[in-house]
Amino acid sequence: MKIKEINEKNFKEEVLNSTLPVLVDFNADWCGPCQALKPILVGIAEERNDFKIVSVNVDDNDELASDYDVTSIPCLVVIKNGKEVNRSVGLRPKEAIIQLMEE
Amino acid sequence: MNDNLFDIIIIGAGPAGLTASIYARRASKEVLVLEALSYGGQIINTLDIENYPANPNISGFELATKMYQQAKNLGAIFKFEKAIEIIDNNGIKEVKTTKHSYFAKAVIIATGSENRKLGLDAEDKLIGRGISYCATCDGNFYKDKIVGVVGGGNTAIEDTLYLAKLVKKVYLIHRRDSFRADNATIKKLKENNNIEIIYNSIVTKLLYDKKLTGIEVTNKLDQSVKNIELDGLFVAVGRIPENQNFASLINLDENGYVIAKEDCHTNYPGIFVAGDNRTKELRQLVTATSDGAMAATEAVKYLNTL
Repeated sequence: MKIKEINEKNFKEEVLNSTLPVLVDFNADWCGPCQALKPILVGIAEERNDFKIVSVNVDDNDELASDYDVTSIPCLVVIKNGKEVNRSVGLRPKEAIIQLMEE
Repeated sequence: MNDNLFDIIIIGAGPAGLTASIYARRASKEVLVLEALSYGGQIINTLDIENYPANPNISGFELATKMYQQAKNLGAIFKFEKAIEIIDNNGIKEVKTTKHSYFAKAVIIATGSENRKLGLDAEDKLIGRGISYCATCDGNFYKDKIVGVVGGGNTAIEDTLYLAKLVKKVYLIHRRDSFRADNATIKKLKENNNIEIIYNSIVTKLLYDKKLTGIEVTNKLDQSVKNIELDGLFVAVGRIPENQNFASLINLDENGYVIAKEDCHTNYPGIFVAGDNRTKELRQLVTATSDGAMAATEAVKYLNTL
């Protein structure tokens, strides 16, 4: 399973207009902790269908990163009904990410 | 056989723990590796590992992935659970995690270290909103902005020089009046005209609304206080070993490192230590892997005497 890559063009449709809550993973190819986080997110995505998990590459989508004030990666932002409701920064264990989505 | 019973439990899947698991498997021992976060430990934050022999310019994550695959291919079992306690029941060690208990006659503690924080109000809340512990990870977000670096060690100086190439201005806040780094490096610091060094000073307050907007700096000599406006603050004030969960059995030194010599034996029979969380002179990738080999070899020897 792979986490869907989102860009500035489809962010509105895929994230802001999503009926499911969305966990957005802001990341970059050169960022080691981001690579380490990916398999953890895949694991969560395989278990949970009440959440959507997507990936945003900050180098290719710097406007999105700046809109969301992302200054450290990996940065996980939970968006419900188009609004940010929670976020966390850095590599986190699976349980902490699930808690972030459920809070 | 009980599924939760192993010969050796290794706590931590950084370079020390991964190397220990490779050596222990090659000695045909049943090995469980417990990891709280992700394999690789601290090195995954490093973009280019330039000082590990034979692999110049490999990324930390790639090197960690290779070590992890090697350990897995040899048959080490990995569980991503945080170990919170070791209890000894007549020579059988029980390692409790947040989820389960596992048992083994030998344990290797390879938990490494974590970033030391400043300990200021709102610091946790501002992580990712102006506070960072990794200049190479986050420096790119501060292009043409003003940032600060706190610390006086090699990491603080490397961070300052790295950031100076990206940002408008870097303040380096150091609590002493001189640096221990070599002269060539210090010369580079002083030659950069967008670096301002603030000596004898500590950060005493973080200023913010939603994001960090500045810092309050207090001069230790005359107690004068000034505010500096900035967009980002990179904290490089050292690391602290993650041994507190095991302090009831294992002797730690005053800084929290497990007291052990090069043979990696702790004070407790059957419990070994490997990597950055041990008392030692040099904390590097290559000394961590070296510890892993030593600790596993000593653990195997211990098992064979039982």
